[in-house]
Amino acid sequence: MSGGTRLENANPLIFERSGERLLTVADEDEDVADPIDDREIFDLIRSINDPEHPLSLEELNVVEQMRVNVNDEESTVSVEFTPTIPHCSMATLIGLSLKVKLLRSLPDRFKIDVHITPGTHASEDAVNKQLADKERVAAALENSQLLEVVNQCLSTRSM
Amino acid sequence: MADNSVLLGLVEEFVSGQVDSKAAETATGVKTGQFTILQLVEALGLSLSSSQHQTRGRGVQLLSEVLQESYSSLSEREVEVLLAFYENRLKDHYVIIPHVLQGLKALTKCSVLPPGSAVSILKSIFQDIHVQSLMLAERSCVYNILISLMESKEEELKGLGADFIFGFVQSVDGERDPRNLLLAFQVARNIIQRGYDLGKFVEELFEVMSCYFPIDFSPPPSDPRGITREELVLSLRAVLTGTSQFAEFLLPLIIEKLDSDIQSAKVDSLQTLAACGLTYSHKELAEFLPGLWSSIRREVSQTASERVETAGLSALSALVSCLSRSVLTSDSEDVLQVFLSLVLKDCQHHLCEPDLKLVWPSAKLLQAAAGASYRASLIVSAAIIPSLLEQYNNRTQCAQRRTLLEVLQGFVQPTALSRPADGEDSVLVAFQQSLCGVVFSALTESSAGLQITGTRVLTALGQQPGLMSQPDVEKAVDHLTRLILEEDDPKVSLAVVECSGSLAHLHPKAFISRMIPRLKEEILSGQSDAAVRQRCVTVLASVSSLSSVVQESAPVLLQVLASAHTGSCGFSVEEVAAVCISLQKIAAHARDSEEIGRFFHDIIIPHLLGLCLQAALQSRDAGHSSPLTDEAVLSAVVPVMSTACAALQSESASRMAAQAVSLFLDGDVSFLPENAFPSKIQLLQIQSPALSQLVCLLMACVCSLPCSVEIPEIDRLLLQLEDLSCTCPHLFSYTCAAKCFAGLLNKRPAGEALDAVLERVMKRISVELENSSSVQRTRALTLLLWVSKALLLRYHPLSTALTDQLFALLSDPALGSQAADGFGVLMSDSQDVLNRGCHADVRIMYRQRFFAENSAKLVEGFNSAEQEKKSCYLKALSHIVSNLPRQVQLTELPALLPLLLEALACVDQAVQLSTLSCLQPVLLEPPEALRNQLEALFSRLLALTTSPAMKVRIASLQCVHALSRLPEHMILPFRARVLKALAVPLDDKKRLVRKEAVAARAEWFLLGSPGGR
Repeated sequence: MSGGTRLENANPLIFERSGERLLTVADEDEDVADPIDDREIFDLIRSINDPEHPLSLEELNVVEQMRVNVNDEESTVSVEFTPTIPHCSMATLIGLSLKVKLLRSLPDRFKIDVHITPGTHASEDAVNKQLADKERVAAALENSQLLEVVNQCLSTRSM
Repeated sequence: MADNSVLLGLVEEFVSGQVDSKAAETATGVKTGQFTILQLVEALGLSLSSSQHQTRGRGVQLLSEVLQESYSSLSEREVEVLLAFYENRLKDHYVIIPHVLQGLKALTKCSVLPPGSAVSILKSIFQDIHVQSLMLAERSCVYNILISLMESKEEELKGLGADFIFGFVQSVDGERDPRNLLLAFQVARNIIQRGYDLGKFVEELFEVMSCYFPIDFSPPPSDPRGITREELVLSLRAVLTGTSQFAEFLLPLIIEKLDSDIQSAKVDSLQTLAACGLTYSHKELAEFLPGLWSSIRREVSQTASERVETAGLSALSALVSCLSRSVLTSDSEDVLQVFLSLVLKDCQHHLCEPDLKLVWPSAKLLQAAAGASYRASLIVSAAIIPSLLEQYNNRTQCAQRRTLLEVLQGFVQPTALSRPADGEDSVLVAFQQSLCGVVFSALTESSAGLQITGTRVLTALGQQPGLMSQPDVEKAVDHLTRLILEEDDPKVSLAVVECSGSLAHLHPKAFISRMIPRLKEEILSGQSDAAVRQRCVTVLASVSSLSSVVQESAPVLLQVLASAHTGSCGFSVEEVAAVCISLQKIAAHARDSEEIGRFFHDIIIPHLLGLCLQAALQSRDAGHSSPLTDEAVLSAVVPVMSTACAALQSESASRMAAQAVSLFLDGDVSFLPENAFPSKIQLLQIQSPALSQLVCLLMACVCSLPCSVEIPEIDRLLLQLEDLSCTCPHLFSYTCAAKCFAGLLNKRPAGEALDAVLERVMKRISVELENSSSVQRTRALTLLLWVSKALLLRYHPLSTALTDQLFALLSDPALGSQAADGFGVLMSDSQDVLNRGCHADVRIMYRQRFFAENSAKLVEGFNSAEQEKKSCYLKALSHIVSNLPRQVQLTELPALLPLLLEALACVDQAVQLSTLSCLQPVLLEPPEALRNQLEALFSRLLALTTSPAMKVRIASLQCVHALSRLPEHMILPFRARVLKALAVPLDDKKRLVRKEAVAARAEWFLLGSPGGR
């Protein structure tokens, strides 16, 4: 972020981070199988960095646990995300980061669906279509500049 | 004459023969007095005046090299003549100049420089030489000449006035080599700090220095000179910020550089600005304040980097404290007030939007400004606090109130600079009432976050005198008590415990009169549930740091133990153990306060001993089992007693020893309270486990006393302990007897008495080990282990014989595995005995020494052992290595790596786990030796990610994660393989394993990918 550039939304609303998932006795028990649940998926994506702000998607309320749906048995995941402003130009990038994070973190049996929360973005359909198109996602990741930005969103912050 | 011909020969060989070594010989000759400089010059005569410039050069070179060795022995007259010669030679051919400069450099180091010479040297240099067209080494020579002359002839140089500055500016202009820059910066710093008159060349000097700002330098990879960027940055900063004359040029430059896209440039600029704050006054700053402020504000509120933010905040703080130093005059306005109102205008309104992002950067900026001086904190607090308080009262959402309170917290805690001086009031005095009101309202909210922040603000308020009146303190204590009793969120209780601890240290009376009685009632009522009681017990421990509080709180805990014993309130074993842990925390304060130590000695320890004894007797006679006979509880009582005993002063310590020994040897119960015990109880004889296990309390009392305390009847005691440890059938009892025996041995002074005991016990152990019964052999092994440890810690010569016996037992079919685990005991710190807290004789680095002496035996034993016994050796090895300090692990790893890799492939899960846990930290900073073993390491680790044991899967994934931080070129070849292998644990049935797999796989994806690492 250079000194001169202006941010699209310089002073966004900040939301509280949820705490770490509490460990239960069942988690430590060798014999109990823990299914993949909504909270686990949410934990995967909540710490993704926003491309603009030094904040996580959770803090900007772009992702919420209630907008995550997973079905372990049928191997499907659906994630809705909400851009901070309806004209946010970063929406595609955020969606792509979510998609890539899930692709890297989930077993390949899962069908992953990432889309914008209905009615929260001006060009909702276009973005959803891009994110749903496997080939376009693959092509986007061939582009090294795009991959670089996505990787920056996905790297654990260290500065 | 003979000398003369020798000298001529040397000169001839050097000049015409081109034999460089002759210079050193000549120099030695001059130094030893064999020839004089005059003779040398005479001998050189022809070469110095030769028309061939190569010959002249050789001649001057010889003279210069000799001078470098012998400048200290020259007389003033000689120096004068030589200087005249050298100054003249500066006009000579360019091939000669390097040697001339070397000679001049040597001469300037002379202590007998004639007056006026400095000026003439500099004039000739500045006139005849264009420094920047010289080579690197010669430029360095010029700077060195300047530095030496500035050291010895400061007055003369100052007499040169601005000419000197001009000459320096001209010679340094365009310098590029970092080594020379360091010298040039040093000259410039001397000019500035020693008060040379810069005359009209201020701007020129600034220009020639500031062109390097901000420093962008990364040393070549294998840099032999070791110049770092940091070094250059700091020395340039010292020049630029050294004088306020540079202000008008530097400040615009900083504002300009803050616009840079490079992060290090921003940080450097901000740090330089902060350094200016120390030397400048408001006069220099005034004109640039608005520009500086808007740059700082922009950086702090937009940056994603913590370094930029910190640098920005400290720059602001430096500016404000600089303005605070300025003296007010009657006709001008207060510059501090003016600047702060600018800051307030830009930041204050953001504090009214507690949901939005900018609230935090604005709050931090205001806090940095307020923290810069007392006066600044007065101004900022007066403006901010009322509006924060009002906001807090008007908002109803918990999240908003919490943010406001957190912001408020930052203003409540004064910094070192803004602390009120003696006689000044805290800046918050005016808001005392309303601050307390807000805090109390936060403590009554239902939101955990708000309560936690409330306790933090309360802690900060309580620590500043005059901010809490007596009724306020009492009210606060009531709130804390209520929270402890009612709130079951562990984070809230932790915050309350911390807050109570710090307040109780300052206001003990309120806690004694209001909190402790209430808690006591609650714990002993028998109606509250275990979690509430647990919280009460924890907070009791945390408030007890002063003797007056301890005298109230410790008896409560003792009473809990007593009622647990009678079984009246239904305390569980875990609860009783937790009470003991709290008692131990209180006992730890005995180190700082003799009074607390005495209280434990007089009251607590006898009561504890009495209770345990009573419980043991009842369980023997009536079969009634009180929690106090439980091993877990006794193990928790031990640290209470040993912590208290370790802190006893010599007199009470001796009394303690005598009482404990007579109780255990002779059944003397006279010092115990409520004397209702049968006389002549024999505690160290074999009997019911309930009684024999009390030996752990003997250990707690006698093994933790200072070395100087004499233990009465020690020989009889040792003999009985030895018997008990070899014959008692009860595991806990014979282990404690062995530990107690070892603890006493460790402190026994060397001599015949000790040797006799050792000889006896070693024989006994050998005999017992010959037995066929496995119980007897296990007991003997336990005793062997603890005696070895006692001797090993104090470097006793016999320890080797004992540990060798342990090594031999590794191949024993029945005891091998136990012996291997014994190495864990040997190398780790024991909690209850034989540690430094117990005043044991522990030599430094005994682990390293043991490892150095024995690793070879272990490797040898491993190689010669049969296949099925190898795992014992690996287990022993992993115990030893994982207890070594990291530095040693790193140096030893190359030799051990093959063995550790073997251990990873071993089927024993415990071995796998301990090897993984000792590998993981090593992998964070991998040694060279790892490089060749990566293939083997990866295949073993990846295989373990699907191990049946969950802990092994987790640990191996953590290792794979750690490996992703190795240099890219080493691990990139493994990337595809690792990613493929890690796809499997992504679908693991345990969530904890999946979590590690996700973390590791994410890092491996970033490796070698753009924007990754």
